[in-house]
Amino acid sequence: MAEVEDTLKRIQSINGVIGTIVVNAEGIPIRSTLDNSTSVQYAGLLHQLTMKARGTVRDIDPQNDLSFLRIRSKKHEIMVSTGGL
Amino acid sequence: MSSKRPKSKEARKIKGKDKKKENNFPTADEGASEPDHPDYIFPLVLTSATQELFGCRADEDLTGENPYKLLKKEDIVQDMKTRASVSDFSPVKQLVLDYPEDELLLVFDRDFTYGQSFYLVLTVEAKHNILKPSVQGDDEEQITHEEEEEEEEDMIIPKTPESHPWMSLGSEQEIEEESVTASRPRLRYKISPLLRRCGAPVCFSDRGALDGKEGFVECPSYQDKSFSIRAMERHTAVQASSDTKHSSTQTLWKYPRNTWTQYESREFSLEEKEHHLRSENMKNFITSVLTRFEISLQQNHIADVFCDDWTALCEDEGALMGKTETTLKEYQSFMDLYFSKEKTISHIRWHPTISGVIAVSMTERLSLEERIDNSAKLLLNPSYILFWNFTDPINPQLQLECPDDVLCFQFCPSDPNIIAGGCMNGQVVLWDISAHVEKLQDTRSGGKNMSNNLDRNSVTPVVRYCAVSGIEIGHKAPITDIQWLPETFELSKLGIPVENPSRVCVQLVTCAPDCCVLFWDLRPPRAVSQSLTDVKQKSQEKPLENPHGVPNTFKHLNLTWKPFIRVSLPKIGSSGEYSPLKFSLRDNTVDCPTGDKPPQSVDREEGCGFAQLRVPSAKQQKPLENISTKLYVGTEDGELVYTDWRIEKDNDSGRLLSSKPIHRLLVHDTLVNTVSRSPFFRDILLTVSSFSFSIWKEGVTSGPLLRSSCSKMLRTTGHWSLSRPAVFFIGKEDGSIEVWDLLQTSHEPSQIQNISSAAVTCISTSSISSKQHLLAVSDRLGTLHILQIPWTLRRSSNSERQIVKKYFEKEEERLEYFQKRQIQHEKEKKEMEAEQQRKKTEPVMSLKQEEELEAEALKEYEQFLALEKVILRNMGLLSETEDRADL
Repeated sequence: MAEVEDTLKRIQSINGVIGTIVVNAEGIPIRSTLDNSTSVQYAGLLHQLTMKARGTVRDIDPQNDLSFLRIRSKKHEIMVSTGGL
Repeated sequence: MSSKRPKSKEARKIKGKDKKKENNFPTADEGASEPDHPDYIFPLVLTSATQELFGCRADEDLTGENPYKLLKKEDIVQDMKTRASVSDFSPVKQLVLDYPEDELLLVFDRDFTYGQSFYLVLTVEAKHNILKPSVQGDDEEQITHEEEEEEEEDMIIPKTPESHPWMSLGSEQEIEEESVTASRPRLRYKISPLLRRCGAPVCFSDRGALDGKEGFVECPSYQDKSFSIRAMERHTAVQASSDTKHSSTQTLWKYPRNTWTQYESREFSLEEKEHHLRSENMKNFITSVLTRFEISLQQNHIADVFCDDWTALCEDEGALMGKTETTLKEYQSFMDLYFSKEKTISHIRWHPTISGVIAVSMTERLSLEERIDNSAKLLLNPSYILFWNFTDPINPQLQLECPDDVLCFQFCPSDPNIIAGGCMNGQVVLWDISAHVEKLQDTRSGGKNMSNNLDRNSVTPVVRYCAVSGIEIGHKAPITDIQWLPETFELSKLGIPVENPSRVCVQLVTCAPDCCVLFWDLRPPRAVSQSLTDVKQKSQEKPLENPHGVPNTFKHLNLTWKPFIRVSLPKIGSSGEYSPLKFSLRDNTVDCPTGDKPPQSVDREEGCGFAQLRVPSAKQQKPLENISTKLYVGTEDGELVYTDWRIEKDNDSGRLLSSKPIHRLLVHDTLVNTVSRSPFFRDILLTVSSFSFSIWKEGVTSGPLLRSSCSKMLRTTGHWSLSRPAVFFIGKEDGSIEVWDLLQTSHEPSQIQNISSAAVTCISTSSISSKQHLLAVSDRLGTLHILQIPWTLRRSSNSERQIVKKYFEKEEERLEYFQKRQIQHEKEKKEMEAEQQRKKTEPVMSLKQEEELEAEALKEYEQFLALEKVILRNMGLLSETEDRADL
């Protein structure tokens, strides 16, 4: 538990990181540094996109799997990593 | 009677018999007309007495349903004996006596079928037959009669039909008529040929049918006209088609109802979250994922991912290779033949809100001596400010009358209808043009109608000034610069900026070469308000109609107006005072300091009546802290003075004195004719004097950031560009404009363009729209030129501001560096001198010095060794044992 906390704190403290959200397989946020409504919104939207992306990758090659997804917009960049949970 | 009766009965019998005998042609009619009754039935009439006697009263004892009554024979005989001929039974006397049995059946004949109401059944058989069937209404007869009569009653009891001999009904006659019988014997004839022919030889020959016409008989077919058949032919087509059926269906329009659902996103409770965080899976996941994140974040740090190189690239290119036009194009020029004769324009101002309207102040084109010489003539020649509109280059729109030549004027920032000007005689003048604003606006839009213009020819409305300051109490020299204080703050009596609740510009600042800067307030001074009754009386009086239709906006100030702060500029380090020509205030735009009073710029009423505004008491006012109370003043001697306008109370004398200026810089050789702040950087100033100009930064006191070289041609005025932070315009005496672009070359102007033949007196810029920036230049001949600023000069690139800022910072650093170097230089110089002195005094000490030198060198070496050891130890290259061994 402590290690997890430390790691999350470390990521959050990197310069340029606005927020961190940890989400379970269904897209329900477990841990977040943003407020509740924002977390829920991000979790829901990104979950769908991640599922879609993963499906795409696996359609092309069933042995493959999605590992990291980066969405860069004009203002921010969102990084999503799937751990195969 | 009795004889008759049997006769009738017998007659009937006989008839029946006759009928039987003549049984050839019985007709149905005859049978039907006779009251037919069988033999065994004897109709009787029974009188009521008889009925009562025998108990067979009609409709009482014997009814329709029960018509049968058995009567004893003995009773009947008795009755007959007693009543002899009168008895009803007398006609059947014989029959009754003959009756074998004892009981006779009497039937009540309700329907009179046999002619009488009762009938007596005479035979035993019939009696039985009648009594046995219970259903029947009428009797059955066992006909022993030979006749067969047509009965209309139904035969209920099926009987096998008995064969009867055939009864002829006349059909045989017809058949006999039709049949053919031999009426005579048949005749027989025999025909034979003559004997002589018999046996003779005969010769046969052939003959065709067609030989001769008798050979055959033709019966061709012919159209028999009497008998014709018209064949009716019809063309019909037959097609099989499938059955079509139209049907329709409709969905039921049920009653629509509004329904809604609301969902909530799923969330974990705190315990679940903790549980998840603690799980082994989570740990593994985080550790595995961490590296990817760090890599990505590092990538973002290395290269700026949000910088769009493409757009950044194109901007810089565009600035250089853009449109080729770089010259200022003449757009329009205004020159009034009547008004501008022998006059020059001293000041230009664009109307802040109405685009396309520009105001110029016309002054006499005379030097001081000439003025004094012609002072009498000058009084007759009024001076004025003209308003020009782009739509009408010939006639000015408005004319503001001034008491004397106006050298500078300004529109009030909060209310563009108020104009304040400073005159040659030291008076401050106020105009209110609210009555004519519509005209200015109308002509802008509707000025295309030429006929209207012709009608209004030569009728330029003249607006007289609303108020002037008192001559004795104002400036004693021509006012050279006037500015409004922004509406966000106002000054108290001591010059402390306080909050301005009315959000309207109420204060002015003026300066003149009489060595003071004056602050003026538009509101009636407090002293007057003490005599409230007077004020009320004044307001309640019918407002006097000012002559010339001047509005009453500043009536309270007229001729009594005096400044409330007088800032003098005593010289630093010497006696005397600086004589300001131009000044520049720091642009203090303050946001609303207190949250509860939002700026009411929208709700301001038109002409809110400066008379109603009162100078608030000193206690009520809240001092504002962010406002800089310092101003730069350019003087007649070419100095730039930085001073604070706050008034201090001198403890000794109790008088209000202005503080000494903070510093002053002598830069220019002649008088400073322009002090202006850059619209992009609040602390950058441009000062222009006749031969050079300088750029200053507020706070940097060592010197100007940039000083231009002395030019041959006098520089008369300068102005920053509104759109590009690095560009400013300088006007020259030969009527040309210099465009300086600090980014291109800072030692010479990037462009010089000649505008007119006379000296440029004033420059002002305005941006009408984003595509059109105009430069207004006035010259000494009284012509106002409007020039269009080309694209290169009006379009700034995004980074220009930053570049210019960096440039200024660099210059600042340079100045600092110079300063430092100077200090250092001096120090070095001192040291060098000291050393030289020392050398002079001690030349013999060389030996000692050598020894000392050696000792010093040895010490140094040992120090070096120690240092080396320490370093090596720190680096971990030297083990401790070695260290000890060395020691």
